[in-house]
Amino acid sequence: MSIQVPIYSTLYNEGISPEILFWVGCAGSFDTRAQRVTKAFCTILNKIGVSFAVLGEEEKCTGDPARRAGNEFLFQMLALQNIQTLNQYGIKKIVTACPHCFNTLKNEYPELGGNYEVVHHTSFLNGLISDGKLKLKGGGSFLGKKITYHDSCYLGRINGIYEAPREILEALDADLVELKRCKSNGLCCGAGGAQMWKEDEPGSGRINQARATDIINSGAEIVAANCPFCITMLQDGLTSDSSEKNIMVLDLSELIVQQL
Amino acid sequence: MHEQIIFSIFCILSFGFAAKRFFAISRNINLGVDWAPNSTPLEKWKNVVFIAFGQKKMFTKWLPATLHLFIYVAFIFTQIELIEILVDGISGSHRVFLPVLGSFYLFIINFIEVLSLLALIGTFIFLARRNLLKIPRFQSVELKGWPALDALIILLAEIVLVSFIFIMNTADVALHQESYQFFLSGFLVPLVQDFDTNTLHLLERVGWWGHIIVVFGFIIYLSYSKHLHIIFAFINTYYANTQPRGKIENMPAIMDEVKSLLGIAESNSDTNQLPDFGSNDVFNLSWKNILDAYTCTECGRCTEVCPANLTGKKLSPRKIMMDIRDRADEVGKKLDSGDVAFCQDKNLPLSPANFSDGLSLFSQISTEEIHACTTCNACVEACPVLINPLEPIIKMRRYEILTLSSGPADWVPLFNSLENNQAAWSLSTERSAWIADVND
Repeated sequence: MSIQVPIYSTLYNEGISPEILFWVGCAGSFDTRAQRVTKAFCTILNKIGVSFAVLGEEEKCTGDPARRAGNEFLFQMLALQNIQTLNQYGIKKIVTACPHCFNTLKNEYPELGGNYEVVHHTSFLNGLISDGKLKLKGGGSFLGKKITYHDSCYLGRINGIYEAPREILEALDADLVELKRCKSNGLCCGAGGAQMWKEDEPGSGRINQARATDIINSGAEIVAANCPFCITMLQDGLTSDSSEKNIMVLDLSELIVQQL
Repeated sequence: MHEQIIFSIFCILSFGFAAKRFFAISRNINLGVDWAPNSTPLEKWKNVVFIAFGQKKMFTKWLPATLHLFIYVAFIFTQIELIEILVDGISGSHRVFLPVLGSFYLFIINFIEVLSLLALIGTFIFLARRNLLKIPRFQSVELKGWPALDALIILLAEIVLVSFIFIMNTADVALHQESYQFFLSGFLVPLVQDFDTNTLHLLERVGWWGHIIVVFGFIIYLSYSKHLHIIFAFINTYYANTQPRGKIENMPAIMDEVKSLLGIAESNSDTNQLPDFGSNDVFNLSWKNILDAYTCTECGRCTEVCPANLTGKKLSPRKIMMDIRDRADEVGKKLDSGDVAFCQDKNLPLSPANFSDGLSLFSQISTEEIHACTTCNACVEACPVLINPLEPIIKMRRYEILTLSSGPADWVPLFNSLENNQAAWSLSTERSAWIADVND
């Protein structure tokens, strides 16, 4: 199925202002694994006919890793340029599949002059499901399947969104098994704070492997996630574990797309 | 009469010395830069009532929370008895509230006795948790030495304090069988019933004086101890930030500079004056960061959930807070010394603005520690008194990157690609290349 991904500037020049801006993020744009999430989310948007667009080449990194690494100058450069672009188009509502982009756009851009309604795709998709706009095939491939959910720090503990992803899993008829450390007590995947781009400091183990152990112990066949960085870290952690039995790490949108 | 004079002297000396210590701590906290919480008065008081007074976050661990509650409630209600001791001590009266309150007085003392017993039980279990059961969060390397001794001293002092209360009450019950109906100490009376009246009077005085001396000592000891939290927990929760947790504090100076670079706004900054960015010492932390450090009880709930610490990295959020307090104490002490050796400019008098001892936070906190943080906020979530250990970590990263122009070598390619390609990775493909894929 061919899906349409309109570019904001093109629509803007035609005098059309889409309902939402889909903020793709660096991972969603460049990382081959995260691109699959981007595509899954676009497929859902196409399927139910949500009017959306992406910034395309005009989108820049939100600056999250720069700010958390301590490079405020670089953060400001990126953030202020993004805000210029967003304000120039008069953008009101942004949906993103990355909780880091979500957090920075939602919580850090306002003080710099960027005020938008920012929604993480997990909440957005859950809203569509509960409004009846997004209909899932009940009793499908996830019926009775043990699925666990990994709370990303930036969606969960930092922004307090714990229920929306779990409601989606419920709508998928999955058998949700919680990890030992979940919700506000969830264990980080190890990528945040710009750790994604550096080697670990010396230690006795890796954070993603500790989290992979939690997942293996849950007995789940699938791990649902909401963050491109978590997906990479968890998959790496699981692959490095010899006892691993092909547990799949999937974004919630990838689960939904299978049930359309 | 002698007793009253001695008591009054004790009172003045201990309160006077404690006041001096608390002024010093207040000065140390104010070495930090100005900062104002953006919370509303309602939010502030809500935090004080629920988090500090109501112990809400303690109860994520119900067992230590319950034991701690015994000690905490006992402490609060014992203040009634303490007020009476102060009045008795100065005026020479004996149990001055008894004739005034009558049977309600008996109820209060009985209530305090029950709480004291519960606190005693809690204290013994706490001692066991630290010294016999070896709960992991009490075995960390940063607790070796003084912090472990500090915890032990407090628990032992609690046992001594409660023992003196029971000695005093038991002797009083034995002396005044009719009017002093204290249920729990009544059980202890058989132990002293063979004593003559003079011995009982002496015993009562030992209990009374022992109790108040421990209290006086405690008021002074607090200022050197992690036990300062019994006061600072309330202040700290009052000033806690209630803005979104995911918002890292903005740096307006840099924002304005970048705005002028981008031509969004006129530059209004004085380019001749290049400030240090981030924090390397108490002088460029906020006063709230230092208040956080003085509030820390070293319970280790933060370190226990820190993913970096859990995987054996050197980072421990608790150690960061302890190091900040130690540094604030050290700077304070050196400022008080008046020693010109600590003057940055030897021609000017020693002051916070003219201070240099060649040391900084980086003398205690290694870059390895601050580089290990994933900013996951588990430490922030875990703290029962709303301390934010993440904030100083970010500020130290800022100092390292912006002021020292150093940092982890691995981050150089990240910064380069963010600067040159406005993306976290430098790839030959365009940002929107994936769209061509899906449109097929």
